[in-house]
Amino acid sequence: MSKLFKPSSWLKSPAVWPLAGLALLGVVNLIYSKNFFSITQRDGHYVGTVIDILKNGSPGLILSLGMTLVIATGGIDLSVGSVMAIVGATAAVMMSHGDVSLPMVVAACLGVGALCGLVNGILVSWGRIQPIVATLILMVAGRGIAPLITGGNQILIRQDSYNYFGNGFVFGLPVAPIIVAILFLLAWLWLRRSATGLFIEAAGDNETASRFAGLATARVKCLVYVVSGLCAAVAGILATSSIGNADPMNDGQYSELDAIFAVVVGGTALSGGRFNFLGTFLAAIMLKTLTVTMYFVGVRPEVAPKYKAILIIVVCLLGSETTRRWLSQFKRRAAT
Amino acid sequence: MPAVEPTAPPLLAMRGIGKKFPGVVALSGVDFSIRAGEIHALLGENGAGKSTLIKVLTGVYSPDAGGISLAGEPISPGSPKEAESAGISTVYQEVNLIPSLSVAENIGLGRQPGKFGFLNWRALRRHAREALARLEITCDVDAELGTLPLAIQQMVAIARALDLQAKLLVLDEPTASLDEKEVAELFKVMRQLKASGLGIAFVTHFLDQVYAVTDRITILRNGELVGEFATAQLPRLQLVSKMLGREVTDETGHPAAASARNPNPSDSSNPSDFFKTSPTQPQTQNSKRETIPSILLEATQLGRRGAVHPLDLTINKGEVTGLAGLLGSGRTETARLLFGIDRADSGEIKLRGEVVKITSSRAAVQLGLAFCSEDRKVEGILPNLSVRENLIFALQAKQGAWKTLSRADQDHLCSHYITSLRIKTSSAETPIKNLSGGNQQKVLLARWLATQPALIILDEPTRGIDIGAKAEIEAIIAKLCADGVAVLFISSEIEEVVRNSSRIAVLRERRKVAELKGGEIDLHRLLHEIAGAPPTHE
Repeated sequence: MSKLFKPSSWLKSPAVWPLAGLALLGVVNLIYSKNFFSITQRDGHYVGTVIDILKNGSPGLILSLGMTLVIATGGIDLSVGSVMAIVGATAAVMMSHGDVSLPMVVAACLGVGALCGLVNGILVSWGRIQPIVATLILMVAGRGIAPLITGGNQILIRQDSYNYFGNGFVFGLPVAPIIVAILFLLAWLWLRRSATGLFIEAAGDNETASRFAGLATARVKCLVYVVSGLCAAVAGILATSSIGNADPMNDGQYSELDAIFAVVVGGTALSGGRFNFLGTFLAAIMLKTLTVTMYFVGVRPEVAPKYKAILIIVVCLLGSETTRRWLSQFKRRAAT
Repeated sequence: MPAVEPTAPPLLAMRGIGKKFPGVVALSGVDFSIRAGEIHALLGENGAGKSTLIKVLTGVYSPDAGGISLAGEPISPGSPKEAESAGISTVYQEVNLIPSLSVAENIGLGRQPGKFGFLNWRALRRHAREALARLEITCDVDAELGTLPLAIQQMVAIARALDLQAKLLVLDEPTASLDEKEVAELFKVMRQLKASGLGIAFVTHFLDQVYAVTDRITILRNGELVGEFATAQLPRLQLVSKMLGREVTDETGHPAAASARNPNPSDSSNPSDFFKTSPTQPQTQNSKRETIPSILLEATQLGRRGAVHPLDLTINKGEVTGLAGLLGSGRTETARLLFGIDRADSGEIKLRGEVVKITSSRAAVQLGLAFCSEDRKVEGILPNLSVRENLIFALQAKQGAWKTLSRADQDHLCSHYITSLRIKTSSAETPIKNLSGGNQQKVLLARWLATQPALIILDEPTRGIDIGAKAEIEAIIAKLCADGVAVLFISSEIEEVVRNSSRIAVLRERRKVAELKGGEIDLHRLLHEIAGAPPTHE
């Protein structure tokens, strides 16, 4: 038996369980809907359920990227959903006020996201407020700030160049997932090729020891909230551009919870330390696939969260240390 | 002495215990037995498997092989709680209580008196006071545990363990943070408990204590049983050689003394060449002690209210400056001021003749300072990160994220230090938490050595590690000095301070009370200074 197939080696990777969940969903879909995996070409674009999942899941994916880093430092960012709404409102208002170039809009959106993240970061790092409280402030306040920007209304976005982010295609593939994939790749390179990833994990693993070893832990912690804010800005742009509408009250609602789920299911512990990008990525896709699968299978939307909860529990249990120990004991007993 | 009868059936019998961790066999075929009414020392070098054996006994780990029986009944504790209810109570090396709860709550934790989920606070406090009274400790049972000195916390942990109706008490290095008087108190209690028929497993690194209080000794080496001996029939020299597995000629039983008194680079046990990458340092090697030492750091009237009274301290290049004093005398507090962890509210620090502001440990690291904290677990290791990541961490933090060490450089540093400091690990990618205390300490030392510091502050670097590793660490200190590094050495073991320091600052009640240099350094004089009764001083 080669090393690759030895269960003990690959079972240890936290990415295994979301992958298993994804495979399970694939099997279910194979049984219930024949067209699930079919991808066809229409007007030079590839279309199909899998493509839709990636496209619609893009904002969630990018949120969970930022959330992974925040959670790796032992923190949490509840404000990302509200930041999405603030960013969407900013973009919509800018574009409704006449002729603003697209780069300006994007720059403003990213700036707003980064600023929101900076506020969180300063409250957590130097204000020493617990992350859950610090980001709760912006989570609640954001639902007041976003309507303030739009004047309380929803605003339609009718700028094709902006809507291209959410609905456009390159080489026949939707733009949004490509942007997400590039950002994941860049983030991975940045974190793993430089020491930034190590610093984030160290700050989450033992903050005191990291500080005593000369790390500017406050700066590292602040940084992850800024990154999370930037990710929320990108998510806000993708979400509003795909529907062509900015809704200050509902944009991004509960998306912070999905992002947290994705990170945890993906194998990054809420207590901080080691993070796992691949796990987060797979878990975010799995959660989106689950939502779509339930729609396909015919589960009524009002009871859908129930199944989502069950799947999350199963994956978390499978990934937990205790279960793994239990499984290995079981295996040993079966062997003797 | 009815309890030490050889025919008495053992209270505890562990037979053929085996335990493997990824890549490391921690224990194999180890027997360990304790009779009722005896104090039994468990001894061994770094990574000998003492802690693992204790953890198997107390239900933290489940053994891969072998069985345990207590009072004739086979047991297999699956958790510390199960071990406790079976009658095995434990006090661990590091205080494992909850600092934010009160003393009474800590003692009563998990077995609070009361009804219907309501706590009976009065009973809880009374319980705690009684438990402490048995140890003859008086402290406010309502005080928050974390605010008390570490020694008191340790006594609370012991009181908590004694509070149970235990058959067997496991003391895993309980004396590491206690001063002499407290140790004597503890021994008194241990003897009382022994007389009442309790079996006591006693893990310690202090050989004097082994001879003072134990009846029998079990020695482990590299995860295997060396043997079980009656304490009275095992001379110190033999004991040490059995632990180390090599011939030891020093009659005092301190092999550490033998190698550290002679910081001769030709000594084969001296790990060589820490500053491989630095070509300038070896030049200073020969100038040691012959020339006037050049001052590296000069603190004048450095102090902080509530921590340490203003004091002057001079630290020379290529010299070990010792900080001696009892627990709570302000040793660690002084180190923390120098390293910028706490901010001084008086005085100034001159480094290489220039006044510097050290406002954070980050600033201190940038200035070429290094600080090995006494609290490895909380202030030292990054537990879930690998040995490699822990080792390169300070250097990487010093350089910043943009000057990332290449993986090749990292691996090079790791293999260099793993070899030269003889760090025992299955690989550089093993999480550091899987290493034994002494090896963790060596990784932390390597972490700082990699930054090529001008001054390294070592706060209790030999605490909780075995004598073999102590000797190695003392050899490292000697080598550092030879390389021109200034060392500030803090230790509770006064002999260690005397052996290693060429200048000793004595602290008492948060004040610097004396400074001994060169020929003035003498154990008795130092003891007098520490105790506050100088023989003919001033």
